[in-house]
Amino acid sequence: MISSFVVNFPLFCIVASLLCAVVCSVLVSHAAEKVCWGLLMAVLAANITLLVYQIQNGESVTFMMGHFPAPWGNELRFGILEPMIAILLGLVLLLTAIGGRMHYFAQAQTGHRSVYFTMLCLLQASTMAMLFTNDIFTGYVFIEIATIATCGVLVSRNTPGSIAAAMRYMIFSQIGSGLFLLGVILLYGITGHLLLPNICAAVQQLWATGEYHLPLTAAISLITVGLAIKSGLFPFHFWMADTYGSASPGAAGVMSGVVSKLYILFLLKLIFCAFGTEVYYDSGAQNVMFVFGAAGALVGSVSAIHQRDINRMTAYSSASQIGYIYMALGIGGQAGVIAALFQLIAHAITKPPLFLSLARLRDVSGNSPYFADLQGAAHRDRLAGISFTLGAMSMVGLPTMAGFIVKLQIASAAVSTDIGLKAIPTLIVLALSTVLNTVYFLRTVLRIYTPSETHPADPKAPWWSPKGGRVSATLAYAAFAAMNFGFGLFSQPVLALLERGIGMLGF
Amino acid sequence: MKSNETWKSWLRGDLDLTDTLPEAQMPSALEPTGTETSQTSGEEQPASMKTLERWELHLFQKLYPFFAVLMGLAIVVVLMATVFSLPRFGGEDVPANNEVAERYLADGIEETGAINFVAGMILDYRAFDTLGESHVLFTGVCAVILLLESTEEVNIFRRKKTKKRAPAPRLDLTKDPILHQAALFIVPIIFLFGIYVVFNGHLSPGGGFSGGAILGAGLIVYASAFGFEQTERFMNRKVFRMVTLCALCFYSLSKCYSFFTGANHLESFISPGTPGNIFSAGLILPLNIAVGAVVACTMYGLFSLFERGKI
Amino acid sequence: MLDQILACLPEVVAVLLYAIGFMLLLLHKNLIKKIIGLNIMDTSMYLFLASMGYIQGNIAPILTEGATVADYINPIPSGLVLTGIVVSVSTTALMLALVIRLYRAYHTLNLDEIYIEIQRGRR
Repeated sequence: MISSFVVNFPLFCIVASLLCAVVCSVLVSHAAEKVCWGLLMAVLAANITLLVYQIQNGESVTFMMGHFPAPWGNELRFGILEPMIAILLGLVLLLTAIGGRMHYFAQAQTGHRSVYFTMLCLLQASTMAMLFTNDIFTGYVFIEIATIATCGVLVSRNTPGSIAAAMRYMIFSQIGSGLFLLGVILLYGITGHLLLPNICAAVQQLWATGEYHLPLTAAISLITVGLAIKSGLFPFHFWMADTYGSASPGAAGVMSGVVSKLYILFLLKLIFCAFGTEVYYDSGAQNVMFVFGAAGALVGSVSAIHQRDINRMTAYSSASQIGYIYMALGIGGQAGVIAALFQLIAHAITKPPLFLSLARLRDVSGNSPYFADLQGAAHRDRLAGISFTLGAMSMVGLPTMAGFIVKLQIASAAVSTDIGLKAIPTLIVLALSTVLNTVYFLRTVLRIYTPSETHPADPKAPWWSPKGGRVSATLAYAAFAAMNFGFGLFSQPVLALLERGIGMLGF
Repeated sequence: MKSNETWKSWLRGDLDLTDTLPEAQMPSALEPTGTETSQTSGEEQPASMKTLERWELHLFQKLYPFFAVLMGLAIVVVLMATVFSLPRFGGEDVPANNEVAERYLADGIEETGAINFVAGMILDYRAFDTLGESHVLFTGVCAVILLLESTEEVNIFRRKKTKKRAPAPRLDLTKDPILHQAALFIVPIIFLFGIYVVFNGHLSPGGGFSGGAILGAGLIVYASAFGFEQTERFMNRKVFRMVTLCALCFYSLSKCYSFFTGANHLESFISPGTPGNIFSAGLILPLNIAVGAVVACTMYGLFSLFERGKI
Repeated sequence: MLDQILACLPEVVAVLLYAIGFMLLLLHKNLIKKIIGLNIMDTSMYLFLASMGYIQGNIAPILTEGATVADYINPIPSGLVLTGIVVSVSTTALMLALVIRLYRAYHTLNLDEIYIEIQRGRR
């Protein structure tokens, strides 16, 4: 029963985000910007309140969207995990948008700036809706909102390259959503429900009796493949390099930090609440996920080494990190899921500052993304250099950073799992991928710290030059670095919360 | 010694590790052809880079159709097998025909006031989906505005490329006498029909989305036959923004109220009214009108943006 | 076999249409044809979805005199198809707008040529 006003917050957050999106589209850009920041902060505050309430409450809440209960009306459902991830992704969205603000204002068409903030509000709305919804079809609708809004953020840079990248992204996402929708239709056809708990009950029964075995397996694999394509898992990661490479830093950060994570989180929600973990494991989808995740972790790293363009290198590194998430999910068990979630968090707070600081490093190197031109860039913009180095250290997995805990978690999950077949490949992939990560990030860091004769650094340049949007960028770097160290040093409470959270999801 | 040099060069960033592949591995057919060699040799980058990427691209293009057909075949085979093991088509005992559909049909009129069960379902039982759906349309049109609306400021493409070229000759329909006469006759009927469909969404087939699409089509015919100068009198960027703003805000706020009262078990002042009356079915009629306005504006806006780059 | 196919003809047709759309999307270089392929895919899914709700001999779910609850088809897929159509309208419009911009920039609709052009520009 609904006992507290706090449980209404997700509804208010979603509606407020949609309202602000519509309002932003008619305002001038500076007003729209204020509305957008206000909204993101308000949603953040609401989610923090919700998290505190949920920790005290201790059980998951089902929120009826309308006057009709579960199988008839829509529903929201949340335990600890949902507000926690919502806080995190909201924070990443806010900080990335703040940090990428300067580049955005330099690149976008003047008349259209407010539309960018509309898209950010819509992304916030779809983040909230996809995390909290308890209905598979609502999930589909908001997946589409997220896709179109991402495309809008992507084309805000307005160069031919970014538009071609957006086209590629749209084609891949449309294939992904098509497969996902097909899976949803099959699932509806054999269960007759769209609400996750009802689907779950029907699926358990069908699996036990063996009725409609083939359609059920097809539905599970179509949904998994659809969401995997959209989040950029290994054989479908080609769009990432072009897209992240030609997007503005804010857009690349938002895409890698928030949007690709959303699809994985929705898949996770479906695994727990729609299929049930046992059915999902028995269907074999999990093992396929493990194989492709592991392959993605390696292939992404190897491709990253080949790049001469630093943006594309970081994009391929993203592909390898997404591979880690799927690999950890594929290991299965509670430890595997926690490791996957922690990797998701760590990547969400590490990749955006990398993209943001890269953009700054490019700016001071004649706007060239090539290693040859980036020599000494860290001396020309020291803050961006430090931020990039910290991000790279976390990616490589240095102790005290979030990336280290991730590798520890994945390794311990692999060792503790009862399926011995997965433990050794996991460890090998982890070791190899760490070495490869080190190789290409070390090379980049060495390059940007090697003094250059052609672009000498100004020795009098201050460390801190608060003009032209530097304040916002510095704020973003600092916040991301703090989060990175925070998650690295105080990982125990986070891991405990994650454990309680997935417990509430019905693990 | 050579490997040491290569390593250093890679570390400097001006070499791709794969450059060290011996030239012999490249198929000879892929060597740069005459004109391109002269271009590449002038650049600082080693020519082998180009060949390698060309080689990769060529390999990709060779293998791609093969894999694509394979993937398509796999999907067809799996789906066909799935279709044959699905519940019997058209049967009454299919799993989808369960208590959910039954309640929508049995109690729908009482609970929502809509005689059109589909309208009752999408705008009352499962209204959250539809709320998202109307915002999908809004998101789409915003993205198209971002892409196609020409602003007075710097527009990279326009300035660089197309300014010198004459605009592509367009079929100017405003001079067409047949369209002109036909539009005079047909546009009022289209509008009337669209308004009817929107207002009777809860009583008969139709509703905001279909009615709005009809209204939008009417606007498009009108604009094609009489020119955008005529439509601009009542339909411009400002009107478009205001209609979208008001309709979507009304939609979100009213649904927020309805969700809020429903979830907290509060008394709501919205009642289904007398089923069958035009003013009945609670929020469904106003929502249909709001959606209809948004859809009509969106359809016209998309046409206008594609046609001339502004609303 | 033929009986089996005829028994679920709409679903079989939907799968075939889906395959046609998918192959168009994957194999054609022309962006407009790719978008047409996507639209065929979407449409086939709506046929598939609508066929899930069809019940032999029943009427549309709008109150009709003399009809009981058992006489209507399932209203849920109809509503879902509506949502799907709206989504596909938005994405199609967005992709067509992207194509217009790409054509203005590169004067071609061939994705490969555009890609090669970008590669050239990157160097």
